[in-house]
Amino acid sequence: MKLYFKYLLILFKSQMQYRTSFWLLSFGQFFIPFTVFAGLYFLFERFGQIKGWDFFEVALCFAVIHMAFATSECFARGYDAFSGLVVNGEFDRVLVRPRSTVVQVLGSKFEFTRFGRILQSVMVLCWALMNLSIEWSVVKAITLCLMIISGVLIFTGIYIVAATMCFWTIQGIEVINIFTDGGREIAQYPLNIYQKWITKFFTYVIPFGTVNYLPLMYILGRTEGNDILHMLTPLIGSLFILPCLLVWHFGVRHYRSTGS
Amino acid sequence: MIKLEGISKSYKIARRASGLRQAAKALFYREHTIIPALNDISFSIEPGEIVGYIGPNGAGKSTTIKVMSGILVPDSGNCTIMGFNPWRDRVQYVKNIGVVFGQRSQLWWDVPVIDSFLLLRDIYKVPQKEYENNLELLVGALELQDILNSPVRQLSLGQRMRCEIAASLLHNPKILFLDEPTIGLDAVSKIAVRQFIKKINQERGVTVILTTHDMSDIEALAERVILIGKGKLLYDGKLKELRSRFGTEKTITVDYHENNYPFQIPDTTLLSWSPVRAVISVDTEVVLTSKVITQLSSKVDLIDVAIESRPIEEIIVQLYKEYQI
Amino acid sequence: MSAYYSVLKLRLLNGMQYRAAALAGVATQFFWGFMYIMIFEAFYEYSPYTPPISLKELITYIWLQQSFLAFVMLWFRDNELFTLITSGNIAYELCRPCEIYGFWYAKLLAGRLSSALLRSFPILIVAFFLPEPYSMTLPPNVVTGILFLLALLLGLLLLVAISMYIYISVFYTMSPIGSTLMIGVLGEFFAGLIIPIPFMPDWLQSIAYMLPFRLTADFPFRVYSGHIPQNEALNGILVQLVWLVGLVWLGRIALNKALRRVVVQGG
Repeated sequence: MKLYFKYLLILFKSQMQYRTSFWLLSFGQFFIPFTVFAGLYFLFERFGQIKGWDFFEVALCFAVIHMAFATSECFARGYDAFSGLVVNGEFDRVLVRPRSTVVQVLGSKFEFTRFGRILQSVMVLCWALMNLSIEWSVVKAITLCLMIISGVLIFTGIYIVAATMCFWTIQGIEVINIFTDGGREIAQYPLNIYQKWITKFFTYVIPFGTVNYLPLMYILGRTEGNDILHMLTPLIGSLFILPCLLVWHFGVRHYRSTGS
Repeated sequence: MIKLEGISKSYKIARRASGLRQAAKALFYREHTIIPALNDISFSIEPGEIVGYIGPNGAGKSTTIKVMSGILVPDSGNCTIMGFNPWRDRVQYVKNIGVVFGQRSQLWWDVPVIDSFLLLRDIYKVPQKEYENNLELLVGALELQDILNSPVRQLSLGQRMRCEIAASLLHNPKILFLDEPTIGLDAVSKIAVRQFIKKINQERGVTVILTTHDMSDIEALAERVILIGKGKLLYDGKLKELRSRFGTEKTITVDYHENNYPFQIPDTTLLSWSPVRAVISVDTEVVLTSKVITQLSSKVDLIDVAIESRPIEEIIVQLYKEYQI
Repeated sequence: MSAYYSVLKLRLLNGMQYRAAALAGVATQFFWGFMYIMIFEAFYEYSPYTPPISLKELITYIWLQQSFLAFVMLWFRDNELFTLITSGNIAYELCRPCEIYGFWYAKLLAGRLSSALLRSFPILIVAFFLPEPYSMTLPPNVVTGILFLLALLLGLLLLVAISMYIYISVFYTMSPIGSTLMIGVLGEFFAGLIIPIPFMPDWLQSIAYMLPFRLTADFPFRVYSGHIPQNEALNGILVQLVWLVGLVWLGRIALNKALRRVVVQGG
């Protein structure tokens, strides 16, 4: 973990060598999801609700998932951009160092410009929270934080699986966008607005449901039962990363026996 | 120290089709070919040796290096290096080795060199004291004082390579793998790099395994060479023996005061002649060079004599031809 | 013309090498299409008013958008051209015996066409046979179909003309980031790719109608379903033509000016 921060520091220094482009890109990252959010806003202006959810409830959902997405893009970019590492052979370098491959790959790249995107989600989050009447409690606040953290872990897990595919082929891995970008787009609305099979897939296979729909119901006071249990739902979702890591280690073994 | 036994490795490669129809066919079906990269390679290396590992492009040099540095797992065969199995005990093992890939960089492009070194210190968990000592030594020997604080992207290739080598030695490895360390360097940098390799080999007893296409690297550094072609081990022995087996011919160039009569010395071939200079080819297995010179001095008034061995490059070319690789 | 044909053929050949990429693209587009349809389905379910466009028309709109993505996305860019400009290798391009605007235009057009050929037909064909309510419908009559093809084609030509301005701007900014971003983000929004134009509030619609972007996507897609009636469609096509001529004419002048700058600066 300490090493991860050292990587973070050195790459931050690198990034600061290109200040203008950093600000420009951060600015752009701020605006890209802006039009998407504007689209959402206009749809609500016309329809008023979506299956009983009103605008600010969906905005909360939107903010949480976008924040998780942007954070994972920032800190797990090494996995997101992994195909480059394999193509130019830099992965060999990772293997001749006495540290875990996961930390080294995570540390190989950071995308600090995503701060622009994070900032936008923070603003949406604040706006939504100010306009929702929620009976806050410590448990609910923790739940909200856990939603974001688990979201980051789920996205990271998907990146890791995608990166693992690079060991076999670097073609067509854009299909994984269905789960990253697609997951983000799907999960910016509460999952119950979709057909059952989509809801099930994104709850039991890729557990976005555990970081948006289920805890959201709890925070908005639409559930009954044990608070602590509801608080822990996002944590169950974050377990998703474990099988992903397993797949990764399998992939590394394959790479070392074939040397693609 | 290093022991390879019967290492074999093959790759599976998809065939790329050309032409529109072929490409369309490839949409549904793809042929694979299996290419053997290493075939039953065995050798062992003692501590403190410098070994030149040579062969034409695609012979299997980098594959061997990758196997020895724990990156690749071979299909069959055994490898023990310092008591470790490189691919099974990867993390423990790689603490003891340094690897330089001449064509790639392990330094962070946009930050000063020293920052890269500091991060490498953390990656290899080098104790502070040891790190400082090493750094001082390396900076002195490789003359890095002035470039330590500049970002890597501003360095020349020669400067960068010196930093790369320093970077792979910060953790005091016992074995150093150098994959084409002098590629693209100018003469001055080449010599500096070679001298340094020699130095750490002698002073610290670091075992060096070096692949290169530049035979002058091998001549300057390695007493022993291993030649590989098409995945097979072709020659393993002293460079001198290689030379005496294939390079017994020498060329003697003599300058003398004007002499208008061409001369002939027994058992030699006159390659060119002019009133002031002659070039003679001598096979040292037939006649000794010293004898030839004695005879020369009796015939002409010598000014200068230059003796050249057959360049090692030519020997290697002949070897490649002989083995048909 | 033959030079243009070989550019297109080369691109196609290149594209087919990446079968997995094409398949992945198709799969992604389907996923996207389903997702949008479901979201709108949910919105429509309890809608208090009659929406400005029927769900069936909207579904057709979405499938057209997914299959012709290569025709309507401003993001789609040719990095070769960017590096050509920023690296200064543009000088070589000046030596070619053809006009640069035309040559680049053909290159960009070929890129989009080859990408669409591989991806749009599979999507379209499958979209017709999807179970209800997701299936796409045929245009109401032949005339509408012809009008759609015309509008789509002109839309594509118009889009390439717009994208040329991104490349021209790189001559001045020397970085593709800013202009791609601004033109890309705004263009996408006003082309009706985020939400179809009829869903926008009136004030925004009037802005969208003043800009050329909606003519590249929103317009042809709504002509197809008959949401835009035939006589209006004809009008729209005329507007497309006017924009096309205007933008190409201006783009040519701008490019030549930019090139002169390069020559004066000596690359």
